[in-house]
Amino acid sequence: MAEVQLKNYNMNVGPQHPAAHGVLRLITELDGEIVERIDPHIGLLHRGTEKLIENKTYLQAVPYFDRLDYVSPINQEHAFALAVERLLECEVPERGQLIRILYSEMGRISNHLMNLTTHAMDVGAMTPILWAFEEREKLMVFRERASGARMHAAYIRPGGVHQDLPPELLDDVWEWTETFPAVMQDVETMLVENRIFKQRCVDIGVATDEEAMDWAFTGACLRGSGIAWDLRKSQPYDGYEKLKFDVPVGKYGDCYDRFIVRVEEVKQAVSLIRQCLENMKPGPVSSMDRKVVPPKRTEMKQSMEALIQHFKLYTEGYKVPEGEVYAAIEAPKGEFGVYLVSDGSNKPYRCKIRAPGFAHLQAMEFLTKGHMLADIPAILGSLDIVFGEVDR
Amino acid sequence: MDNDLVELGETISDALDNEIVEKVISHGELTITTRADCIVKVLTFLRDDSQCKFSQLIDIAGVDYPERTQRFDVVYHLLSMKQNQRVAVKVCTDEETPVPSVAGVFSTATWFERECWDMYGVMFSDNPDLRRILTDYGFQGFPLRKDFPLSGYVEVRYSDEHKRVVYEPVTLTQDLRTFDFMSPWEGAKYILPGDEKAEEAGEGEG
Repeated sequence: MAEVQLKNYNMNVGPQHPAAHGVLRLITELDGEIVERIDPHIGLLHRGTEKLIENKTYLQAVPYFDRLDYVSPINQEHAFALAVERLLECEVPERGQLIRILYSEMGRISNHLMNLTTHAMDVGAMTPILWAFEEREKLMVFRERASGARMHAAYIRPGGVHQDLPPELLDDVWEWTETFPAVMQDVETMLVENRIFKQRCVDIGVATDEEAMDWAFTGACLRGSGIAWDLRKSQPYDGYEKLKFDVPVGKYGDCYDRFIVRVEEVKQAVSLIRQCLENMKPGPVSSMDRKVVPPKRTEMKQSMEALIQHFKLYTEGYKVPEGEVYAAIEAPKGEFGVYLVSDGSNKPYRCKIRAPGFAHLQAMEFLTKGHMLADIPAILGSLDIVFGEVDR
Repeated sequence: MDNDLVELGETISDALDNEIVEKVISHGELTITTRADCIVKVLTFLRDDSQCKFSQLIDIAGVDYPERTQRFDVVYHLLSMKQNQRVAVKVCTDEETPVPSVAGVFSTATWFERECWDMYGVMFSDNPDLRRILTDYGFQGFPLRKDFPLSGYVEVRYSDEHKRVVYEPVTLTQDLRTFDFMSPWEGAKYILPGDEKAEEAGEGEG
């Protein structure tokens, strides 16, 4: 028999592919159906956020953070606000902190609902996504009632939050926390013990704890590999230390564990929302430092100083003392950090955004190695990638 | 928290006496500056030493200071889960001098260094894969440098005539408006309209 020369096959996936969760181009080298090598090409959604922020005042920079990870916008504003507050040494009143946590946890739920169910859809389960998006819609309405925008809220601002919540909103959120667990239970029933889902996820894309450390995994991906690390517990910010919640941890570091960790995080987030609502007392929602937070409109009608401060803050903005800080939060996708360098002017000198997805996507290469082509969407889905933040 | 940081800083500077140029604690954060040629040694020490155990490289950030001879800062953010501490390691470099890659110490550094190269043009020697990462295929220049204009140099559009995407120099139908709202007596560097007359008048008298 004549000798046959076998050659690996190069295949291009994307940049437009429904399972790529955005604009991801993957150059894959295949041996039959086995992935030998994978080279993600990113940057197709690069908008130069960091450069734009350098040319805007601190307040004008806030909306750019909504547009990074557009699935959980409010969480990222939180990181920026923390960084600026640390440079300004500005305190946020308790009600403001609780509102921030409330909306951060709502963001976490809406992010996980999206990720869990689109991940399920990538591996063949069509139903849960329809249920989950109904709940996501309700969360967006809560966001709209607080800030006026369904997605790009610009709600958490340095110094506190933009406005106080309308009183009925809190009751409606409480009501929602009563009905939501049943929906989540349905989603779980559909997936957690589902044979097809398990076949697609268990033992796929395993990252051991050492690998997870080495590749800078954070968030659910790190916890899926069995490392109990959550910034809300270990380096608490804005009063997370006063609230009770558990940190779920996986065991094997495969796609299934990452999935289960997120399911449990949703439940913990519901309990956190309830605790926020229980602890919420009337009071100011943002710092009273009028050099940072503009006065309310009613005040402006009465007071000349308030009017001047308002004008100055919305034109010149506030100046941030010279220095550099790195502030990180536990975003739904992992550690979202802002490295802020200030030169003492009213614009950031440098604002480096540390996106969790960037590090996770880099690990695609070793996670997919030796797996089948069809496992790529399963692994990608379990890493929770959104290109707004990866490409920035 | 600050006491722990001081202690940690002491431990690091005792062990790496020759390598560390500067050590600062501000805003509850420890930043150490080192020479570019010993960055691999410093990060390996920070990762492996039982007192430090900075097991994760969280981020690599570039910063550009065009007025300095060594215009770039490269800042490595490390996280120790054992100590529950963060540390930032800073090195300085210029356009020509490469920084040794730390991809051998932390695998995740490859992409962070690629990003820094793409955005600032900081070279990293021995990086296994130093290609551009975020910018377009065939992109020229380093967009996050302070001397790179905000609008960029080229724009793309689909040309019906050529049946492909074409690159053209940026044309703005309206000037890019940069507002500087800093007051002139607080450090703004422009001359207010009308101020130049006062100077002329002053010269005439003298």
